[in-house]
Amino acid sequence: MNKRLIVPGLAAAVAMMAAPAFAVDAETAYILNSFSFLVNGALVMFMAAGFAMLESGLVRSKNTATICLKNITLYSIAGIMFYLVGYNLMYMDVTGYIGTLMPWAADDAAALAETGADFEAGYASSSDWFFQMVFVATAASIVSGTVAERIKLWPFLIFTIVLTAVIYPIQGSWTWGGGWLTEQGFADFAGSSIVHSVGGWAALTGAIILGARKGKYGANGSVHPIPGANLPLATMGTFVLWLGWFGFNGGSVLALGSAGDAIAMATVFANTNMAAAGGVVAAVILTQLVYKKVDLSMALNGAIGGLVSITAGPDTPTLGSAILIGAVGGAIVVFAVPLLDKFKIDDVVGAIPAHLLCGIWGTLAVPITNTDASLITQLIGVVSIGAFVVVASAIVWMALKLTIGIRAEEDVEDMGLDKVELGLEAYPEFGRGAHSI
Amino acid sequence: MKLIMAIIKPFKLDDVREALTGLGVEGMTVTEVKGYGRQKGQTEIYRGAEYEIHFLPKVKVEVAVAADQAERTVEAITAAASTGKIGDGKIFVVDLENAVRIRTGETDDQAL
Repeated sequence: MNKRLIVPGLAAAVAMMAAPAFAVDAETAYILNSFSFLVNGALVMFMAAGFAMLESGLVRSKNTATICLKNITLYSIAGIMFYLVGYNLMYMDVTGYIGTLMPWAADDAAALAETGADFEAGYASSSDWFFQMVFVATAASIVSGTVAERIKLWPFLIFTIVLTAVIYPIQGSWTWGGGWLTEQGFADFAGSSIVHSVGGWAALTGAIILGARKGKYGANGSVHPIPGANLPLATMGTFVLWLGWFGFNGGSVLALGSAGDAIAMATVFANTNMAAAGGVVAAVILTQLVYKKVDLSMALNGAIGGLVSITAGPDTPTLGSAILIGAVGGAIVVFAVPLLDKFKIDDVVGAIPAHLLCGIWGTLAVPITNTDASLITQLIGVVSIGAFVVVASAIVWMALKLTIGIRAEEDVEDMGLDKVELGLEAYPEFGRGAHSI
Repeated sequence: MKLIMAIIKPFKLDDVREALTGLGVEGMTVTEVKGYGRQKGQTEIYRGAEYEIHFLPKVKVEVAVAADQAERTVEAITAAASTGKIGDGKIFVVDLENAVRIRTGETDDQAL
Protein backbone atom coordinates (compact mmCIF):
# COMPACT_ATOMS: atom_id res chain seq x y z
CA MET A 1 0.00 0.00 0.00
CA ASN A 2 2.81 2.33 0.83
CA LYS A 3 4.25 3.19 -2.52
CA ARG A 4 7.63 4.39 -1.29
CA LEU A 5 8.42 2.65 1.94
CA ILE A 6 7.37 -0.83 0.91
CA VAL A 7 10.43 -1.41 -1.24
CA PRO A 8 13.08 -2.54 1.25
CA GLY A 9 10.55 -4.65 3.12
CA LEU A 10 9.20 -6.34 0.00
CA ALA A 11 12.63 -6.94 -1.48
CA ALA A 12 13.92 -8.37 1.78
CA ALA A 13 10.85 -10.54 2.33
CA VAL A 14 11.01 -11.97 -1.16
CA ALA A 15 14.77 -12.47 -0.84
CA MET A 16 14.22 -14.48 2.32
CA MET A 17 11.61 -16.65 0.63
CA ALA A 18 13.86 -17.39 -2.33
CA ALA A 19 16.57 -20.01 -2.06
CA PRO A 20 19.44 -18.16 -0.36
CA ALA A 21 22.11 -19.60 -2.64
CA PHE A 22 20.58 -17.88 -5.66
CA ALA A 23 19.46 -14.60 -4.09
CA VAL A 24 21.34 -11.57 -5.42
CA ASP A 25 23.42 -9.52 -3.01
CA ALA A 26 22.17 -6.21 -1.63
CA GLU A 27 24.08 -4.04 -4.09
CA THR A 28 22.78 -5.97 -7.10
CA ALA A 29 19.21 -5.70 -5.82
CA TYR A 30 19.78 -1.98 -5.24
CA ILE A 31 20.96 -1.58 -8.83
CA LEU A 32 18.08 -3.57 -10.30
CA ASN A 33 15.47 -1.77 -8.19
CA SER A 34 16.85 1.60 -9.30
CA PHE A 35 16.98 0.40 -12.91
CA SER A 36 13.32 -0.58 -12.73
CA PHE A 37 12.32 2.84 -11.40
CA LEU A 38 14.30 4.63 -14.11
CA VAL A 39 13.23 2.60 -17.13
CA ASN A 40 9.60 2.27 -16.07
CA GLY A 41 9.59 5.94 -15.12
CA ALA A 42 10.86 6.86 -18.58
CA LEU A 43 8.00 4.83 -20.07
CA VAL A 44 5.53 6.77 -17.92
CA MET A 45 7.18 10.03 -19.00
CA PHE A 46 6.34 9.10 -22.60
CA MET A 47 2.66 8.96 -21.64
CA ALA A 48 2.87 12.76 -21.70
CA ALA A 49 3.46 12.40 -25.45
CA GLY A 50 0.52 10.00 -25.64
CA PHE A 51 -1.81 12.49 -23.99
CA ALA A 52 -0.52 15.28 -26.25
CA MET A 53 -1.20 13.24 -29.42
CA LEU A 54 -4.56 11.89 -28.23
CA GLU A 55 -5.75 15.37 -27.35
CA SER A 56 -4.29 16.91 -30.53
CA GLY A 57 -6.27 14.40 -32.55
CA LEU A 58 -9.57 15.01 -30.79
CA VAL A 59 -9.60 18.83 -30.86
CA ARG A 60 -10.25 20.95 -33.94
CA SER A 61 -7.18 22.02 -35.92
CA LYS A 62 -7.63 25.65 -34.81
CA ASN A 63 -6.78 24.63 -31.23
CA THR A 64 -4.06 22.07 -31.92
CA ALA A 65 -0.96 24.15 -31.20
CA THR A 66 -2.49 25.34 -27.92
CA ILE A 67 -3.17 21.79 -26.71
CA CYS A 68 0.38 20.78 -27.63
CA LEU A 69 1.80 23.74 -25.74
CA LYS A 70 -0.39 22.98 -22.71
CA ASN A 71 0.79 19.37 -22.64
CA ILE A 72 4.51 20.07 -22.76
CA THR A 73 4.19 22.95 -20.29
CA LEU A 74 2.05 21.06 -17.78
CA TYR A 75 4.51 18.17 -17.84
CA SER A 76 7.32 20.59 -17.03
CA ILE A 77 5.37 22.42 -14.33
CA ALA A 78 4.46 19.11 -12.70
CA GLY A 79 8.14 18.18 -12.31
CA ILE A 80 9.15 21.56 -10.96
CA MET A 81 6.30 21.71 -8.45
CA PHE A 82 6.85 18.12 -7.35
CA TYR A 83 10.48 19.01 -6.62
CA LEU A 84 9.70 22.29 -4.85
CA VAL A 85 6.71 21.15 -2.81
CA GLY A 86 4.96 17.99 -3.88
CA TYR A 87 7.32 15.12 -3.15
CA ASN A 88 7.97 15.88 0.49
CA LEU A 89 4.35 16.87 1.02
CA MET A 90 3.47 13.38 -0.17
CA TYR A 91 6.23 11.23 1.30
CA MET A 92 8.28 13.00 3.99
CA ASP A 93 7.19 12.24 7.58
CA VAL A 94 3.51 11.93 6.73
CA THR A 95 1.46 12.53 9.87
CA GLY A 96 -1.66 10.86 8.54
CA TYR A 97 -3.09 13.56 6.32
CA ILE A 98 -0.08 15.52 5.04
CA GLY A 99 3.71 15.35 4.76
CA THR A 100 6.34 18.02 5.14
CA LEU A 101 6.58 21.38 3.40
CA MET A 102 10.10 21.61 1.96
CA PRO A 103 11.86 21.07 -1.38
CA TRP A 104 13.15 17.60 -2.13
CA ALA A 105 16.87 16.78 -2.36
CA ALA A 106 18.70 13.51 -2.91
CA ASP A 107 20.91 12.57 0.03
CA ASP A 108 22.32 9.21 -1.00
CA ALA A 109 25.30 10.29 -3.12
CA ALA A 110 26.94 11.98 -0.14
CA ALA A 111 26.04 9.05 2.12
CA LEU A 112 27.62 6.56 -0.27
CA ALA A 113 30.83 8.59 -0.41
CA GLU A 114 30.97 8.98 3.36
CA THR A 115 29.94 5.66 4.84
CA GLY A 116 30.52 3.38 1.85
CA ALA A 117 28.33 0.50 0.81
CA ASP A 118 24.94 0.71 2.54
CA PHE A 119 22.11 -0.52 0.40
CA GLU A 120 19.39 -0.69 3.01
CA ALA A 121 17.31 1.95 1.24
CA GLY A 122 16.86 -0.52 -1.63
CA TYR A 123 17.20 1.96 -4.51
CA ALA A 124 18.84 5.25 -5.51
CA SER A 125 16.65 7.99 -4.08
CA SER A 126 16.58 10.02 -7.31
CA SER A 127 15.24 6.98 -9.18
CA ASP A 128 12.28 6.90 -6.80
CA TRP A 129 11.79 10.66 -7.05
CA PHE A 130 11.81 10.47 -10.84
CA PHE A 131 9.30 7.60 -10.87
CA GLN A 132 6.88 9.39 -8.52
CA MET A 133 7.27 12.67 -10.42
CA VAL A 134 6.04 11.27 -13.74
CA PHE A 135 2.86 10.08 -11.99
CA VAL A 136 1.84 13.56 -10.90
CA ALA A 137 2.37 14.71 -14.48
CA THR A 138 -0.08 12.04 -15.65
CA ALA A 139 -2.78 13.35 -13.31
CA ALA A 140 -2.28 16.86 -14.68
CA SER A 141 -2.43 15.66 -18.31
CA ILE A 142 -5.91 14.24 -17.76
CA VAL A 143 -7.35 17.69 -17.01
CA SER A 144 -6.13 19.41 -20.16
CA GLY A 145 -8.08 17.21 -22.58
CA THR A 146 -11.45 17.70 -20.89
CA VAL A 147 -11.28 21.49 -20.72
CA ALA A 148 -9.68 21.89 -24.17
CA GLU A 149 -10.75 24.37 -26.86
CA ARG A 150 -12.27 27.01 -24.55
CA ILE A 151 -10.06 27.49 -21.48
CA LYS A 152 -7.52 30.32 -21.37
CA LEU A 153 -3.92 29.18 -21.31
CA TRP A 154 -2.57 30.92 -18.19
CA PRO A 155 -5.42 30.12 -15.78
CA PHE A 156 -5.10 26.49 -16.85
CA LEU A 157 -1.38 26.54 -16.06
CA ILE A 158 -2.03 28.13 -12.67
CA PHE A 159 -4.51 25.36 -11.91
CA THR A 160 -1.83 22.85 -12.91
CA ILE A 161 0.58 24.42 -10.40
CA VAL A 162 -1.88 24.01 -7.54
CA LEU A 163 -2.92 20.52 -8.62
CA THR A 164 0.63 19.19 -8.85
CA ALA A 165 2.08 21.07 -5.86
CA VAL A 166 -0.72 20.65 -3.34
CA ILE A 167 -3.88 18.76 -4.30
CA TYR A 168 -2.29 15.60 -5.74
CA PRO A 169 0.46 15.26 -3.10
CA ILE A 170 -1.86 15.73 -0.12
CA GLN A 171 -4.29 13.00 -1.15
CA GLY A 172 -1.35 10.88 -2.30
CA SER A 173 0.17 11.04 1.18
CA TRP A 174 -2.95 9.39 2.61
CA THR A 175 -2.11 6.14 0.85
CA TRP A 176 1.31 6.04 -0.78
CA GLY A 177 2.89 8.30 1.86
CA GLY A 178 1.74 5.90 4.59
CA GLY A 179 -1.10 8.10 5.86
CA TRP A 180 -4.55 7.31 7.20
CA LEU A 181 -5.90 5.43 4.16
CA THR A 182 -2.97 3.01 4.28
CA GLU A 183 -3.75 2.38 7.94
CA GLN A 184 -7.33 1.57 6.89
CA GLY A 185 -6.00 -0.96 4.35
CA PHE A 186 -6.96 0.96 1.20
CA ALA A 187 -5.48 -0.73 -1.90
CA ASP A 188 -4.61 1.28 -4.99
CA PHE A 189 -1.62 -0.43 -6.59
CA ALA A 190 -0.63 2.11 -9.26
CA GLY A 191 -3.29 4.79 -8.88
CA SER A 192 -6.75 4.12 -10.38
CA SER A 193 -7.99 6.52 -7.71
CA ILE A 194 -4.85 8.32 -6.62
CA VAL A 195 -3.76 9.34 -10.13
CA HIS A 196 -6.58 8.79 -12.63
CA SER A 197 -9.65 9.61 -10.59
CA VAL A 198 -7.84 12.61 -9.13
CA GLY A 199 -7.20 13.94 -12.64
CA GLY A 200 -10.77 13.00 -13.56
CA TRP A 201 -12.36 14.77 -10.58
CA ALA A 202 -10.33 17.92 -11.27
CA ALA A 203 -11.37 17.70 -14.93
CA LEU A 204 -15.06 17.19 -14.09
CA THR A 205 -15.06 20.13 -11.69
CA GLY A 206 -13.32 22.28 -14.28
CA ALA A 207 -15.69 21.25 -17.09
CA ILE A 208 -18.76 22.16 -15.00
CA ILE A 209 -17.40 25.53 -13.87
CA LEU A 210 -16.04 26.34 -17.33
CA GLY A 211 -19.13 25.36 -19.35
CA ALA A 212 -19.41 23.61 -22.70
CA ARG A 213 -17.78 24.67 -25.94
CA LYS A 214 -19.84 27.11 -27.96
CA GLY A 215 -22.28 25.23 -30.17
CA LYS A 216 -21.88 21.83 -28.50
CA TYR A 217 -25.38 21.77 -27.03
CA GLY A 218 -28.55 23.14 -28.62
CA ALA A 219 -31.35 24.90 -26.75
CA ASN A 220 -33.71 21.90 -26.81
CA GLY A 221 -31.20 19.44 -25.40
CA SER A 222 -29.78 18.51 -28.79
CA VAL A 223 -26.13 17.50 -29.02
CA HIS A 224 -23.97 18.82 -31.85
CA PRO A 225 -20.85 16.68 -32.11
CA ILE A 226 -17.58 18.47 -32.79
CA PRO A 227 -15.45 15.81 -34.50
CA GLY A 228 -11.74 15.69 -33.80
CA ALA A 229 -9.35 16.90 -36.49
CA ASN A 230 -7.02 13.92 -36.75
CA LEU A 231 -8.05 10.43 -35.70
CA PRO A 232 -4.76 8.76 -36.76
CA LEU A 233 -3.00 11.07 -34.30
CA ALA A 234 -5.52 10.16 -31.58
CA THR A 235 -4.91 6.47 -32.32
CA MET A 236 -1.16 6.95 -32.11
CA GLY A 237 -1.59 8.77 -28.79
CA THR A 238 -3.63 5.89 -27.42
CA PHE A 239 -0.98 3.36 -28.42
CA VAL A 240 1.70 5.51 -26.77
CA LEU A 241 -0.36 5.66 -23.57
CA TRP A 242 -0.84 1.88 -23.72
CA LEU A 243 2.95 1.45 -24.00
CA GLY A 244 3.62 3.88 -21.19
CA TRP A 245 1.15 2.03 -18.98
CA PHE A 246 3.52 -0.94 -18.77
CA GLY A 247 5.87 1.37 -16.90
CA PHE A 248 3.02 2.91 -14.93
CA ASN A 249 1.72 -0.40 -13.56
CA GLY A 250 4.84 -2.53 -13.97
CA GLY A 251 7.10 -0.03 -12.24
CA SER A 252 4.62 0.18 -9.39
CA VAL A 253 5.79 -3.26 -8.26
CA LEU A 254 8.54 -0.95 -6.92
CA ALA A 255 11.28 -3.58 -6.97
CA LEU A 256 13.16 -5.84 -9.37
CA GLY A 257 15.70 -7.24 -6.97
CA SER A 258 14.57 -10.87 -6.92
CA ALA A 259 12.87 -13.55 -8.99
CA GLY A 260 9.70 -12.87 -6.98
CA ASP A 261 9.76 -9.23 -8.04
CA ALA A 262 10.39 -10.20 -11.66
CA ILE A 263 7.41 -12.57 -11.62
CA ALA A 264 5.21 -9.89 -10.06
CA MET A 265 6.25 -7.31 -12.66
CA ALA A 266 5.72 -9.75 -15.52
CA THR A 267 2.23 -10.56 -14.20
CA VAL A 268 1.43 -6.87 -14.02
CA PHE A 269 2.64 -6.26 -17.60
CA ALA A 270 0.50 -9.11 -18.92
CA ASN A 271 -2.61 -8.11 -16.97
CA THR A 272 -2.22 -4.48 -17.99
CA ASN A 273 -2.14 -5.43 -21.66
CA MET A 274 -5.14 -7.76 -21.42
CA ALA A 275 -7.29 -5.21 -19.59
CA ALA A 276 -6.68 -2.69 -22.37
CA ALA A 277 -7.53 -5.35 -24.96
CA GLY A 278 -10.75 -6.16 -23.08
CA GLY A 279 -11.66 -2.46 -22.97
CA VAL A 280 -11.19 -2.02 -26.72
CA VAL A 281 -13.14 -5.14 -27.72
CA ALA A 282 -16.00 -4.25 -25.36
CA ALA A 283 -16.19 -0.70 -26.77
CA VAL A 284 -16.06 -1.92 -30.38
CA ILE A 285 -18.84 -4.47 -29.87
CA LEU A 286 -21.02 -2.18 -27.77
CA THR A 287 -20.80 0.81 -30.12
CA GLN A 288 -21.77 -1.49 -33.01
CA LEU A 289 -24.79 -2.76 -31.04
CA VAL A 290 -25.88 0.56 -29.53
CA TYR A 291 -25.11 3.04 -32.32
CA LYS A 292 -25.11 0.65 -35.34
CA LYS A 293 -21.64 1.98 -36.23
CA VAL A 294 -18.30 1.21 -34.62
CA ASP A 295 -16.91 4.38 -33.04
CA LEU A 296 -13.13 4.74 -33.32
CA SER A 297 -12.82 7.49 -30.70
CA MET A 298 -14.73 5.33 -28.21
CA ALA A 299 -12.58 2.30 -29.05
CA LEU A 300 -9.58 4.48 -28.15
CA ASN A 301 -11.32 5.57 -24.94
CA GLY A 302 -12.05 1.88 -24.31
CA ALA A 303 -8.33 1.11 -24.30
CA ILE A 304 -7.71 3.87 -21.77
CA GLY A 305 -10.76 2.81 -19.74
CA GLY A 306 -9.47 -0.77 -19.60
CA LEU A 307 -6.02 0.40 -18.56
CA VAL A 308 -7.36 2.67 -15.82
CA SER A 309 -9.64 -0.12 -14.56
CA ILE A 310 -6.77 -2.56 -14.00
CA THR A 311 -4.44 0.04 -12.47
CA ALA A 312 -5.72 -0.31 -8.89
CA GLY A 313 -4.91 -4.02 -8.82
CA PRO A 314 -2.90 -5.34 -11.77
CA ASP A 315 -0.99 -7.80 -9.57
CA THR A 316 -3.72 -10.18 -8.39
CA PRO A 317 -6.09 -11.01 -11.30
CA THR A 318 -5.62 -13.85 -13.73
CA LEU A 319 -5.39 -12.91 -17.41
CA GLY A 320 -9.06 -13.81 -17.81
CA SER A 321 -10.15 -11.62 -14.90
CA ALA A 322 -7.98 -8.78 -16.23
CA ILE A 323 -9.78 -8.95 -19.60
CA LEU A 324 -13.16 -8.80 -17.85
CA ILE A 325 -12.14 -5.94 -15.53
CA GLY A 326 -10.94 -4.01 -18.59
CA ALA A 327 -14.06 -4.89 -20.58
CA VAL A 328 -16.28 -3.37 -17.89
CA GLY A 329 -14.14 -0.24 -18.25
CA GLY A 330 -14.78 -0.23 -22.00
CA ALA A 331 -18.52 -0.58 -21.36
CA ILE A 332 -18.46 2.29 -18.86
CA VAL A 333 -16.95 4.53 -21.56
CA VAL A 334 -19.61 3.67 -24.15
CA PHE A 335 -22.51 4.42 -21.81
CA ALA A 336 -21.01 7.35 -19.88
CA VAL A 337 -20.13 9.49 -22.92
CA PRO A 338 -23.78 10.14 -23.95
CA LEU A 339 -24.73 10.43 -20.27
CA LEU A 340 -22.32 13.36 -19.81
CA ASP A 341 -23.85 14.96 -22.91
CA LYS A 342 -27.28 14.69 -21.25
CA PHE A 343 -25.94 16.78 -18.37
CA LYS A 344 -24.30 19.15 -20.88
CA ILE A 345 -20.85 18.40 -19.46
CA ASP A 346 -18.52 18.89 -22.42
CA ASP A 347 -15.56 16.51 -22.15
CA VAL A 348 -13.61 16.94 -25.40
CA VAL A 349 -11.53 13.76 -25.17
CA GLY A 350 -13.64 11.51 -22.92
CA ALA A 351 -11.29 11.77 -19.94
CA ILE A 352 -14.10 11.79 -17.37
CA PRO A 353 -15.51 8.38 -18.37
CA ALA A 354 -12.10 6.81 -19.00
CA HIS A 355 -10.12 8.18 -16.07
CA LEU A 356 -12.68 9.13 -13.40
CA LEU A 357 -15.43 6.53 -13.79
CA CYS A 358 -13.12 3.65 -14.77
CA GLY A 359 -10.82 4.72 -11.94
CA ILE A 360 -13.68 4.34 -9.48
CA TRP A 361 -14.65 0.98 -10.99
CA GLY A 362 -11.05 -0.26 -10.93
CA THR A 363 -10.62 0.73 -7.28
CA LEU A 364 -13.86 -0.97 -6.24
CA ALA A 365 -12.96 -4.07 -8.30
CA VAL A 366 -9.76 -4.77 -6.34
CA PRO A 367 -11.48 -7.01 -3.71
CA ILE A 368 -12.77 -9.30 -6.50
CA THR A 369 -9.30 -10.74 -6.99
CA ASN A 370 -7.42 -9.50 -3.90
CA THR A 371 -8.62 -11.06 -0.65
CA ASP A 372 -6.61 -8.55 1.40
CA ALA A 373 -8.76 -5.65 0.21
CA SER A 374 -12.27 -4.84 1.43
CA LEU A 375 -15.02 -3.17 -0.54
CA ILE A 376 -15.93 -0.85 2.34
CA THR A 377 -12.36 0.42 2.65
CA GLN A 378 -12.10 0.84 -1.13
CA LEU A 379 -15.33 2.85 -1.03
CA ILE A 380 -13.99 5.03 1.80
CA GLY A 381 -10.90 5.72 -0.31
CA VAL A 382 -12.88 6.59 -3.44
CA VAL A 383 -15.25 8.91 -1.59
CA SER A 384 -12.65 10.67 0.57
CA ILE A 385 -10.24 11.26 -2.32
CA GLY A 386 -13.12 12.37 -4.55
CA ALA A 387 -14.56 14.76 -1.98
CA PHE A 388 -11.18 16.33 -1.26
CA VAL A 389 -10.24 16.80 -4.91
CA VAL A 390 -13.67 18.14 -5.94
CA VAL A 391 -13.72 20.70 -3.10
CA ALA A 392 -10.08 21.75 -3.55
CA SER A 393 -10.36 21.98 -7.36
CA ALA A 394 -13.65 23.85 -7.18
CA ILE A 395 -12.06 26.44 -4.88
CA VAL A 396 -9.15 26.94 -7.29
CA TRP A 397 -11.31 26.99 -10.45
CA MET A 398 -13.76 29.45 -8.86
CA ALA A 399 -10.97 31.68 -7.55
CA LEU A 400 -9.48 31.81 -11.04
CA LYS A 401 -12.88 32.40 -12.62
CA LEU A 402 -13.66 35.33 -10.33
CA THR A 403 -10.23 36.97 -10.67
CA ILE A 404 -8.51 36.58 -14.04
CA GLY A 405 -11.30 34.53 -15.69
CA ILE A 406 -10.90 31.04 -17.12
CA ARG A 407 -13.08 31.14 -20.21
CA ALA A 408 -11.78 32.36 -23.57
CA GLU A 409 -13.84 35.19 -25.11
CA GLU A 410 -16.48 34.11 -27.59
CA ASP A 411 -14.70 35.53 -30.64
CA VAL A 412 -11.44 33.90 -29.50
CA GLU A 413 -13.22 30.56 -29.30
CA ASP A 414 -14.60 31.12 -32.82
CA MET A 415 -11.24 32.07 -34.27
CA GLY A 416 -9.38 29.35 -32.40
CA LEU A 417 -7.05 29.65 -29.43
CA ASP A 418 -3.98 29.04 -31.61
CA LYS A 419 -4.23 32.34 -33.47
CA VAL A 420 -5.10 34.41 -30.42
CA GLU A 421 -3.16 32.88 -27.52
CA LEU A 422 -0.13 31.66 -29.50
CA GLY A 423 -0.30 33.81 -32.62
CA LEU A 424 0.28 30.84 -34.90
CA GLU A 425 -1.41 27.93 -36.60
CA ALA A 426 -0.66 24.22 -36.19
CA TYR A 427 -1.10 23.53 -39.93
CA PRO A 428 -0.41 26.79 -41.82
CA GLU A 429 0.16 25.08 -45.17
CA PHE A 430 -2.82 22.74 -45.19
CA GLY A 431 -6.60 22.96 -45.30
CA ARG A 432 -7.68 26.50 -44.62
CA GLY A 433 -4.33 27.51 -43.15
CA ALA A 434 -3.02 30.98 -43.96
CA HIS A 435 -0.12 29.65 -46.02
CA SER A 436 -2.22 27.37 -48.23
CA ILE A 437 -3.32 28.72 -51.61
CA MET B 1 -18.59 27.52 -78.11
CA LYS B 2 -20.04 25.95 -74.99
CA LEU B 3 -18.77 25.87 -71.42
CA ILE B 4 -19.63 22.59 -69.77
CA MET B 5 -19.62 22.50 -65.96
CA ALA B 6 -19.94 19.09 -64.41
CA ILE B 7 -20.34 18.57 -60.66
CA ILE B 8 -19.27 14.99 -60.02
CA LYS B 9 -18.27 12.59 -57.27
CA PRO B 10 -14.58 13.20 -56.45
CA PHE B 11 -13.51 9.60 -57.03
CA LYS B 12 -14.98 9.75 -60.58
CA LEU B 13 -12.59 12.50 -61.68
CA ASP B 14 -10.06 10.17 -63.28
CA ASP B 15 -12.76 8.31 -65.26
CA VAL B 16 -14.14 11.61 -66.55
CA ARG B 17 -10.67 12.90 -67.48
CA GLU B 18 -9.93 9.73 -69.41
CA ALA B 19 -13.26 9.82 -71.24
CA LEU B 20 -12.76 13.47 -72.25
CA THR B 21 -9.16 12.92 -73.33
CA GLY B 22 -10.47 10.11 -75.52
CA LEU B 23 -12.79 12.62 -77.21
CA GLY B 24 -9.88 14.92 -77.98
CA VAL B 25 -10.62 17.52 -75.32
CA GLU B 26 -7.38 19.46 -74.87
CA GLY B 27 -7.77 20.85 -71.37
CA MET B 28 -9.97 21.27 -68.36
CA THR B 29 -10.17 23.09 -65.04
CA VAL B 30 -10.96 21.21 -61.85
CA THR B 31 -12.10 22.69 -58.54
CA GLU B 32 -12.87 21.06 -55.20
CA VAL B 33 -16.36 22.24 -54.25
CA LYS B 34 -19.08 21.49 -51.72
CA GLY B 35 -22.80 21.41 -52.19
CA TYR B 36 -26.04 19.54 -52.00
CA GLY B 37 -28.90 18.61 -54.27
CA ARG B 38 -31.94 16.52 -53.62
CA GLN B 39 -29.85 14.22 -51.45
CA LYS B 40 -29.68 17.03 -48.85
CA GLY B 41 -26.36 15.96 -47.34
CA GLN B 42 -25.83 12.92 -45.16
CA THR B 43 -25.68 11.80 -41.53
CA GLU B 44 -22.48 10.96 -39.67
CA ILE B 45 -22.00 9.75 -36.09
CA TYR B 46 -19.30 10.78 -33.58
CA ARG B 47 -19.06 9.55 -30.00
CA GLY B 48 -22.64 8.30 -29.98
CA ALA B 49 -24.30 11.44 -31.38
CA GLU B 50 -25.51 11.83 -34.97
CA TYR B 51 -24.99 14.99 -36.94
CA GLU B 52 -25.87 16.26 -40.41
CA ILE B 53 -23.30 17.02 -43.09
CA HIS B 54 -25.21 19.49 -45.27
CA PHE B 55 -22.55 20.21 -47.86
CA LEU B 56 -20.90 17.19 -49.41
CA PRO B 57 -17.52 17.38 -51.11
CA LYS B 58 -17.72 17.23 -54.93
CA VAL B 59 -15.43 18.07 -57.81
CA LYS B 60 -16.37 20.64 -60.45
CA VAL B 61 -14.93 20.01 -63.92
CA GLU B 62 -15.06 22.88 -66.41
CA VAL B 63 -14.44 22.23 -70.10
CA ALA B 64 -14.80 24.63 -73.02
CA VAL B 65 -15.60 22.95 -76.35
CA ALA B 66 -16.71 23.89 -79.84
CA ALA B 67 -20.48 24.07 -80.05
CA ASP B 68 -20.80 20.96 -82.18
CA GLN B 69 -18.78 18.95 -79.65
CA ALA B 70 -20.98 19.85 -76.67
CA GLU B 71 -23.48 17.00 -76.94
CA ARG B 72 -20.80 14.28 -77.24
CA THR B 73 -18.89 15.79 -74.34
CA VAL B 74 -21.95 15.82 -72.11
CA GLU B 75 -22.71 12.21 -73.03
CA ALA B 76 -19.14 11.16 -72.27
CA ILE B 77 -19.18 12.85 -68.86
CA THR B 78 -22.57 11.35 -68.04
CA ALA B 79 -21.37 7.86 -68.88
CA ALA B 80 -18.07 8.20 -67.03
CA ALA B 81 -19.39 9.87 -63.87
CA SER B 82 -22.43 7.68 -63.35
CA THR B 83 -22.69 5.16 -60.53
CA GLY B 84 -26.49 4.97 -60.66
CA LYS B 85 -26.66 5.98 -57.01
CA ILE B 86 -27.91 9.19 -55.44
CA GLY B 87 -25.34 12.00 -55.44
CA ASP B 88 -23.84 11.43 -58.89
CA GLY B 89 -24.02 15.15 -59.58
CA LYS B 90 -25.16 17.45 -62.40
CA ILE B 91 -23.93 18.91 -65.69
CA PHE B 92 -24.62 22.50 -66.74
CA VAL B 93 -24.01 23.80 -70.27
CA VAL B 94 -23.79 27.52 -71.05
CA ASP B 95 -22.96 29.54 -74.14
CA LEU B 96 -19.41 30.82 -74.26
CA GLU B 97 -18.93 34.23 -75.89
CA ASN B 98 -15.22 34.39 -76.27
CA ALA B 99 -11.95 32.59 -75.56
CA VAL B 100 -8.33 33.73 -75.74
CA ARG B 101 -5.11 31.76 -75.52
CA ILE B 102 -2.92 34.11 -73.49
CA ARG B 103 0.45 33.07 -74.94
CA THR B 104 -0.42 33.50 -78.64
CA GLY B 105 -3.46 35.73 -78.60
CA GLU B 106 -5.47 33.15 -80.60
CA THR B 107 -9.22 33.46 -80.08
CA ASP B 108 -12.40 31.38 -79.97
CA ASP B 109 -12.23 27.81 -81.38
CA GLN B 110 -8.51 28.30 -82.10
CA ALA B 111 -7.91 29.00 -78.44
CA LEU B 112 -9.56 25.84 -77.11
